[in-house]
Amino acid sequence: MPWMVAVGAACVVCAAVIAGSRGLKHFDAALLYYAIGSVLAAAAVAYRFTVWAQRPPSRMYFKRGLELLLRRGTGRLPAVALATADKIVAQNFIRRRSVYRWVMHLCLSGGCTLAFAITFPLVFGWVHFAPLTGDAETYRVMVLGFGVDSFHVAGVKAFVMFNLLNLSALIVLVGLIMAAVRRFTDAGERATQKFWEDILPLLLIFAVTATGLMLTVSYKFLGGRGHSLIAVVHLVSVLALLFYIPFGKLFHMFQRTCSLCVSLYKKAGARGPRAHCMCCGEDFASRMHVDDLKTVPD
Amino acid sequence: MNDALEFFIDPSRCIGCQACVQACGECDTHRGTAMIHLDYVHRPTGVQTTPVVCMHCEDPTCAKVCPADAIKQDEQGVVLSAAKPRCVACSNCVLACPFGVPKMQTSFDLMMKCDMCYDRTSIGRKPMCATVCPSGALFYGPRDYVEKFRREQPVNEFQFGAQTVRTKVNMMTAPGVKALPFDVADFLPFEALDEDPLALARAGAPDVADAAVWHELHDPKAELELICE
Repeated sequence: MPWMVAVGAACVVCAAVIAGSRGLKHFDAALLYYAIGSVLAAAAVAYRFTVWAQRPPSRMYFKRGLELLLRRGTGRLPAVALATADKIVAQNFIRRRSVYRWVMHLCLSGGCTLAFAITFPLVFGWVHFAPLTGDAETYRVMVLGFGVDSFHVAGVKAFVMFNLLNLSALIVLVGLIMAAVRRFTDAGERATQKFWEDILPLLLIFAVTATGLMLTVSYKFLGGRGHSLIAVVHLVSVLALLFYIPFGKLFHMFQRTCSLCVSLYKKAGARGPRAHCMCCGEDFASRMHVDDLKTVPD
Repeated sequence: MNDALEFFIDPSRCIGCQACVQACGECDTHRGTAMIHLDYVHRPTGVQTTPVVCMHCEDPTCAKVCPADAIKQDEQGVVLSAAKPRCVACSNCVLACPFGVPKMQTSFDLMMKCDMCYDRTSIGRKPMCATVCPSGALFYGPRDYVEKFRREQPVNEFQFGAQTVRTKVNMMTAPGVKALPFDVADFLPFEALDEDPLALARAGAPDVADAAVWHELHDPKAELELICE
């Protein structure tokens, strides 16, 4: 089943690329390797996610989460929306653990999300820029083949558009510096950190960020010197990062979906029958949780 | 980590001073939050306390029930606290641990538990609690030392109903006991049972260590009779 899901995910991405780029009409051939890497990474993420979601404890939460979501009654969708805003967007649980870590994580996750949100549509041919007929200095923003906006190449909007990736790289760099300081100075983290789990993802993100910024430096300030070499290194680092995601620490961004099921589960458990300690009578969990848990270990 | 050093808990030596609780909060991996607590061994019959730390099971139930792969075991068998990026605060581990060790820090959305002071033991130093324990209830050192100087015997096998749990941490108990049995009946309220609390005492958990100190007996049956007298 994981293989089938992986192949299915790859097919969906390929279909989305073909459809979104209007039959590859707007697909940029220069970005072909990025597109291939993205398709393979999507398959790998789907494979890993399916394997993980089939483990008894994760399956229990996803099964119950879906059941609760589809159950008649009110308050499920607002609860999921609230949990998404709180746990995935604002990441308030990290703020309560440490404000430093929260700022660091927001920089890393926010910067990377912004970068992915820009690059994937460009790589897949969903977004491209086309000059207006008769006015080469005005660009139209084409989304899925439809013109949605236009701007002058010398305007503020153009500056922002063309530098959003650089901005995201700078945000990520701030997060990386904070993470590096923490990894070097926090005695607890130094004791428990592992190269594969904790250091490698930071190195990969740094490689992508640094080479991405170097491309801008090369064509803006060095007359394109070393651009081809940097472009190749950037490509390699991006592909390495994409393939690391499903098999390393960064997979936790997908595992966080389970916390939404946990939120629904806890909410339903708080309203339902409770389990009480046989010794002191204290209410310690929901009856549903205790009963479900007995089926998990074996 | 030095494989020659092991962790031993001797409830009969605990004097309830809470030095271990204070020292635990100083550990770098969970600064400010103590991951050890004291439990009464058998409150209806006495005030004897015992320190409760993670027993570091060979096949940790907490890790098996974790939906997010947040609980990892290192090569030496130390079961680490929940990985911060992964823990989804579901409390599965809290409910499933046979020893009642993991604690859910609801304000952090994070499970935290004793990791045997990983920052210290991974470089061959003693855990904080064992460093400060004045009575030797928590001891971190070579097994031959314990066998030579203690009358009790280390056991690392526990029977919870049908589940046998083997642990990295040793519990000191009466000589001759191979596995410590735990039964829900040991912890039921006496009022509900309408029986004499002392009549419920039996060889094995939770008061066998106490018996081992005061009565040098090797026969569990004779021990049981003595306790029930």
